[in-house]
Amino acid sequence: SICGTLHSVDQYLNIKLTDISVTDPEKYPHMLSVKNCFIRGSVVRYVQLPADEVDTQLLQDAARKEALQQKQ
Amino acid sequence: MNYMPGTASLIEDIDKKHLVLLRDGRTLIGFLRSIDQFANLVLHQTVERIHVGKKYGDIPRGIFVVRGENVVLLGEIDLEKESDTPLQQVSIEEILEEQRVEQQTKLENEKLKVQALKDRGLSIPRADTLDEY
Repeated sequence: SICGTLHSVDQYLNIKLTDISVTDPEKYPHMLSVKNCFIRGSVVRYVQLPADEVDTQLLQDAARKEALQQKQ
Repeated sequence: MNYMPGTASLIEDIDKKHLVLLRDGRTLIGFLRSIDQFANLVLHQTVERIHVGKKYGDIPRGIFVVRGENVVLLGEIDLEKESDTPLQQVSIEEILEEQRVEQQTKLENEKLKVQALKDRGLSIPRADTLDEY
């Protein structure tokens, strides 16, 4: 798996990461000279975010508001 | 300058050297010349790089048009970091031979695994895609 800083995302959930590091023992040597990468949304199985970085209250409120907007 | 701030665009990556990982496990390295909304790519002066252990070999391929659905990852190659890799470049024949040996050992291990599971009455459902990633 790849670890990096989330730079940007688009409507297809394509992800741009900066400052990559490969977390599995570098059995994947091709990534050594790559610092930034673009990952196609369709191949992402999951994205793991550090739990304490997520403000669940804010997230829940925003999701609730969007759901209301969608209904209207 | 970003045309649409906050979006993941490949526009700034044009004309830079990139490493492309494909779903079938291949690694292509080339200059990104063209993109579209599906992440279809046109690569110039493309080289297919085969990695086995610490060795790698390059096969020059010319111009590549890659259909977006086969792209896993696209990474910009930092030219300075490229010059100090611990990897050893070998000839094409050698790397193809190494790859063949690696594939063989992988198949043999798979066979042993499937046999061991069969002996215990279990089976792994065969994936119906040819994806490596």
